Amino acid sequence: MTIYNLYLFDRDGQLLHYAEWTRNKQSGMTREEEAKLMYGMIFSIKSFVTKVSPIDLREGYLTYTTNKYRLNLYETPSRFKFILNTDVHAQGIKELLHQIYTQVYVEYVVCNPLCQLNKPIESELFAAKLDEVVKQSPAYASRPA
Amino acid sequence: MSRQSMRANDPKKVSGELFTLTYGSLVAQLLKDYENVDDVNRQLERMGYNIGMRLIEDFLARANPAFKLYLGVSPSIGSWSPGGDEFSVVLETNPMAEFVELPDHCLGLRYSNIMAGVIRGACEMVQLEVMAWFIADQLKGDNVTEIRVKFVKRLEDAIPAGED
Repeated sequence: MTIYNLYLFDRDGQLLHYAEWTRNKQSGMTREEEAKLMYGMIFSIKSFVTKVSPIDLREGYLTYTTNKYRLNLYETPSRFKFILNTDVHAQGIKELLHQIYTQVYVEYVVCNPLCQLNKPIESELFAAKLDEVVKQSPAYASRPA
Repeated sequence: MSRQSMRANDPKKVSGELFTLTYGSLVAQLLKDYENVDDVNRQLERMGYNIGMRLIEDFLARANPAFKLYLGVSPSIGSWSPGGDEFSVVLETNPMAEFVELPDHCLGLRYSNIMAGVIRGACEMVQLEVMAWFIADQLKGDNVTEIRVKFVKRLEDAIPAGED
């Protein structure tokens, strides 16, 4: 199993943080363009899914799988979006994203009065802890060497 | 339940008295700086708003009753308006104002106005625009402390740049 990369967007669609682990192919765009496309797609998929879904979706977790990768979206009630791309076999990603929110984002950004909430995250501690949590997760650890 | 025993469970908790006194000196300093009671009320509300925007994330991460978690009291909710868009939060005791007696020259002061701000800030972060204000305050001789909350509107998701 593999974890590819993570995007964190705020409620206004601004990219707050980007991190990657195993990403062998780059998109060839600037990070900003890529983030814009990603947010735009998530926004469209969400509005599409809410419209056509036969049941009410209020879970805040959405995932789709292609034959090569899986995209996992975790959205908090405060509309922060955590998007994690993994391979198709990764397990327990919802729990991992919840853990990233409660133990990394809330602890090191929200509770740090020097971190502004509507600006890209500059805290190195945040980046370091995020890396730590992801690398400790089973989905990361069991990847083939 | 004594404060001491509650604190023993969680090493991160500070004494309720320290909190009450800290808040008291904050309000006292604002009164000195602004001299005008209305300005102080406004500042307290703004501070609360900023706190609420952060506090909501901490609250969501823990999912415990918020008043119990942050103030150690459990308020009752009641007095719903006929339209169901307005209600009251009633506190039997207000831990923020425990040692406080309002002097005559600041009777217009809404001492705990920061709470109203916290409610507004926190709700805004979960897409609810609300108004929150004090309608009764034990410091002014009322039986209970009562905050009125009115629902204004649901906020919509931000549309990506360049689309409409």
